[in-house]
Amino acid sequence: MNDETESERIRGEEVLALFARGAEFTAELLQENERLRRELMHFRDEQSTVAQNPVEWEKLRVELVNRIESIEAEYVSVRERLEQVEAENSHFAERYIEIEEENNNLANLYVASYQLHTSLELDEVLGIVKEIAINLIGAATFAIYTVDDPSSELGVVAWEGDDIGRFPRFEIGVGPMGEALRREESVFPDDVEQDGGDIPLVCIPLVVQGNPIGGIAIFSLLDHKDGFSDLDRELFSLLGGHAATAIFASRLYAMSERKLNTIQGFIDLLAD
Amino acid sequence: MEEKRILIVEDSPTMRQLCAFAFRSLKNVKVVEAMDGMDGLRKISSDHFDLVLIDINMPVMDGLKLIRMIREDETLVQPPIVVITTEGSSEDRARALALGANEYLTKPIQANRVVSVARELLDKG
Repeated sequence: MNDETESERIRGEEVLALFARGAEFTAELLQENERLRRELMHFRDEQSTVAQNPVEWEKLRVELVNRIESIEAEYVSVRERLEQVEAENSHFAERYIEIEEENNNLANLYVASYQLHTSLELDEVLGIVKEIAINLIGAATFAIYTVDDPSSELGVVAWEGDDIGRFPRFEIGVGPMGEALRREESVFPDDVEQDGGDIPLVCIPLVVQGNPIGGIAIFSLLDHKDGFSDLDRELFSLLGGHAATAIFASRLYAMSERKLNTIQGFIDLLAD
Repeated sequence: MEEKRILIVEDSPTMRQLCAFAFRSLKNVKVVEAMDGMDGLRKISSDHFDLVLIDINMPVMDGLKLIRMIREDETLVQPPIVVITTEGSSEDRARALALGANEYLTKPIQANRVVSVARELLDKG
């Protein structure tokens, strides 16, 4: 019996505590409600006062309209500035890409011209021209020609991608190579067979001081390469000048070496 | 900042110079060159590299064999490998990646592309 009474008493206390907390919460709500009601009445009074006084009302209206106009003007100005900044950013991004591409191109041209002048041995010079054609242009089948003085024909001195017999001989003044040598600039013949027929994709003349010394004919490109880029055309010009000079210099060097050896041989004979 | 070492294994002096020139834009990087696969293997076996660029078609030892030997050597700290080659078919690419190359670039290459790939792989390391 005592246990039952005790538990009922505890339960009763819990219920009372719950009621007390509920009453407390209700009192808080009532207080908050009262505060909001007072604020609302204050705003209504203010509005009513201003509305009743036309001058004050007009003043408030004008003030608000001016404020709105000022904010709208600021918004337009900020928006224009944002568009300007976006346009500048876009311009800088485009310019950055252009400069990066230009740097790439300059790197290729610098390396190509540097390498072409690292040797006076004809075989090495021809090897470098081949490397440039393969690695920097992406040529798959091509041949390097030099002018054969007596016949004025261009004969193959270096080649890549096929047997030497497959490459045609050219004559100065005839066909696409002849045209390239006449114009002293690269020529891209029309109606080219992309898988490497006898008509080259491009003929690059090798000319030193107006004298044709040879040419490069590219017949096909690496499978994954789609045509010639602006950089490739720059490389053709570079090859036309620097490769021509390098080949010419190496032949002169070879000739002077032979003469020197001959003279040395005579001197040695005389000395004996 | 620790110096990063890049090895270029390429038989073409033009390509070696182009890649080395391109890497000048990377800070704190030392470039070492090898002329063929065997030369490359010797250098990798004797020194640590943070990145290796390998050409496929080379004399003495080709690039695919070099990649296989690098990846099979458990004594090496395995570097990321970028293949730079004229072989552009998807089969060639798949073969190189299967052997353990991390990236496959086809010639003619853009210097900035090589630099951006190198930068990404060096940063991961």
